[in-house]
Amino acid sequence: MKLFTNLFNEIDSSTKTNIKVEALVHYFQLVSEEDILYAIALLIGNRPRRPVKTSQLKLWAAEMSHIPSWLFDDCYYIAGDLAETITLLLKEHPSSHNESLHDVIKALQQTALLSDEEKKNVITNYWQRFTGNELFVFNKLITGNFRMGVSKQLVVKALAKFLQSDETKIAHQLMGKWNPAEETLATLFSDDITADKHYQPYPFYLAYPLEDDIHTLGDINDWILEAKLDGIRGQIIYRANELYVWSRGEDLLTDKFPEFEKLKNSLPAGTVIDGEIIPFKDNRFLSFNELQTRIGRKNITTKILTEVPVVMVCFDLLEWNGEDIRHQPLSYRRELLENVVKNFNENKILILSQSLHFDKWNEAANYRINARQYGTEGLMLKQKNSPYETGRKRGNWWKWKTGPMTIDGVLLYAQSGHGRRANLFTDYTFAVWDEQKKLLPFTKAYSGLTDKEIIEMDNWIKRNTIEKFGPVRSVKPYHVFEIAFEGIAESTRHKSGVALRFPRILRWRKDKHAEEANTVEELRSLLKNNNHE
Amino acid sequence: MITFTDKGIYCKQGNFYIDPWKPVEKALITHAHSDHARYGSKQYLCHKFTVPVLRLRLGEIDVQAIEYGEKLYINNVQVSFHPAGHIIGSAQIRLEYKGEVWVISGDYKLSNDLLSTPYECIKCHHFITESTFGLPIYQFQNPQFIYNDINHWWRTNASEGYNTIVLGYALGKSQTILHSLDKSVGNIYLHGAVANINDSLGRVGFHFPGKRVSEENNKLKIERAFISAPPSALNTTWLKKFQPYRIAMCSGWMALRGARRRYGVDKGFVLSDHCDWQQLNDAVAGTGAEDIYVTHGYETPFVKWLKEKFGLRAHEVKTFYSNEESGEDL
Repeated sequence: MKLFTNLFNEIDSSTKTNIKVEALVHYFQLVSEEDILYAIALLIGNRPRRPVKTSQLKLWAAEMSHIPSWLFDDCYYIAGDLAETITLLLKEHPSSHNESLHDVIKALQQTALLSDEEKKNVITNYWQRFTGNELFVFNKLITGNFRMGVSKQLVVKALAKFLQSDETKIAHQLMGKWNPAEETLATLFSDDITADKHYQPYPFYLAYPLEDDIHTLGDINDWILEAKLDGIRGQIIYRANELYVWSRGEDLLTDKFPEFEKLKNSLPAGTVIDGEIIPFKDNRFLSFNELQTRIGRKNITTKILTEVPVVMVCFDLLEWNGEDIRHQPLSYRRELLENVVKNFNENKILILSQSLHFDKWNEAANYRINARQYGTEGLMLKQKNSPYETGRKRGNWWKWKTGPMTIDGVLLYAQSGHGRRANLFTDYTFAVWDEQKKLLPFTKAYSGLTDKEIIEMDNWIKRNTIEKFGPVRSVKPYHVFEIAFEGIAESTRHKSGVALRFPRILRWRKDKHAEEANTVEELRSLLKNNNHE
Repeated sequence: MITFTDKGIYCKQGNFYIDPWKPVEKALITHAHSDHARYGSKQYLCHKFTVPVLRLRLGEIDVQAIEYGEKLYINNVQVSFHPAGHIIGSAQIRLEYKGEVWVISGDYKLSNDLLSTPYECIKCHHFITESTFGLPIYQFQNPQFIYNDINHWWRTNASEGYNTIVLGYALGKSQTILHSLDKSVGNIYLHGAVANINDSLGRVGFHFPGKRVSEENNKLKIERAFISAPPSALNTTWLKKFQPYRIAMCSGWMALRGARRRYGVDKGFVLSDHCDWQQLNDAVAGTGAEDIYVTHGYETPFVKWLKEKFGLRAHEVKTFYSNEESGEDL
């Protein structure tokens, strides 16, 4: 645990990639194989289950620091992080232990079977033995939100260096949910992935937004253009008589989408398809909102399956007849994919992502501007001869999204943020005017202001608070902000009747008075005009 | 005896204000930080060590100096100033009239920074306290440990060929740090804002190490040195001439990870001229006061705590004091 804390300190105090990679490699060289496996799992977000409930941790920490629970909550609002709050509240004392990372994680996992009183003993015992940053790292483990300031790509880089292997290969080997308790370095980094781990997805190839002028891409005929749809990016894998559906977030979603199960009857063994899972009914796409609701459900009922059925809009084929074809040109992979969708498609649950034909870039640009009319988010641009790469890469694939919708809202509530923004009021709720000239909250937004603007707003909020409700403050309706968002859908869960997709602050409209903000009617007209039939 | 008005804390009997934020006839000043010592009043009264800095900031003003413990009568109100331990010359103001005693503590700390006259606990009936760090997550180490850490960091940086820039409020923190620096490590340089304050304090007998960085010595090669600067110097081109450097921020807020990351400095030293949670509790208990007035900071939770835990009559008071550590000067 000491070495892992040192690693944490080194990574935390640097912003330089090579220093972080060096620190990781150094750590891998120092610790046991078990520790390496647990550390990798933690670092790439493959976290252990939270051993105890947050509410219990709060209770015990308050008790140990001799403060009432309301005061604990106030501290938490300010620190903005549960692990940090507990660390700061417990008194400094000398550290006394020499357990390794995997000792601690195993001990925590075993508490699952214990009574509450026994759990409390285990946790408070650790609290008395750990101190400083080690206590903080420990608290991060038990609060289940461990993030360390290294990307997965960086861990892959360090592992490739440590194992003297290839980054693409390591990235593939780390895919999916694996349990560090059940792996060794040999099994995790096995050479023959498709045979040993037939459930494992390929690392997704992700596109950057197009930054330069579209004409810098050269001849439009060298490119495949597809509509950019809003769904869940996923891979369908059929190997060894088993079918798996993985999301880009590396969640196994097979059970969430039983529709795809039937593909077992039609797909040949050794097939991996990349695409977007989209709700689709009566020959038209439904809104992402409906899919989100479906994902949120614990049980997939027949009712849900008939109300919000899904399809996969397929745009790539990564494996065919058990052969990894990612290095082949896209045009070749698409040809095979067309064949799959045409001939191996039980229940027509696979739809081919159409390649759109434009003679000139200007025509494509026109499509993009009006994308919402076609029910899409814009265009995906892919070089015809591009291989299927690993992770987010520039050059061969670009996303070219249409501009966001915008509306002017009045700041109504503010709440302090987390992490870098702890102790500052940075989470805002915005409102528009309703028919009775009252302010109706319609969205929250967290980002979009500069650090300087955040501090300016924070000062203003502290001086113009009307009421405090726990961590939330209502403020004088005064400031107007232009809110941008990618989508708008009807919602019965929100007072305003709409739910926004990816709302963020575009601009602080210091030139506008609160009275000049938009109305709920204008908001609803966006709903009407921007959703195709 | 005391009312809280829109001009500031007012003593009706004595007809004077304490740290008013609007111009008044007579202003008693606890210390020279800008949110407590404002421009435009006719007459000022402050501790003698505060006079030169007050003049530096407010220009030619009518100011009367007073010693710690010296008694003075203003319209039959007995007035005395007592060490607050916040910065050089900072004072708690004690008022007594017909047996009723108030203490207005301004900004203060109980820990000893080795430079300013240490805080003195004054018994009173009514105690006005700030609450900048009035939550139990704030537990500050003894400043002497922090000075050691700073010296150690400077030594490490110097041995690796880096300059060391330490940001701290120009009045108060910069002097305590300079006072405790290990001068054997290397040369010490000062930002103009710090040098100005040091010059003023020199007039009342306080002297600090360090050379002002000015036009004349601009071309000087500065290596492995220590540079004292205010937080406002962060992200300015002024820092360029010290490259390569490592930079740290000294503030009570550095106790929070979020704040440390927000400043984007290499290191955060938790060094404050304010009370932490324990010190605030000790101060309140020490005064024996039954009425506690809580101002700038976490008033709401601290008031609730004092009522619940100690059964005190605690009151929330809205003032316009910010504090130099709130980050507003960044």
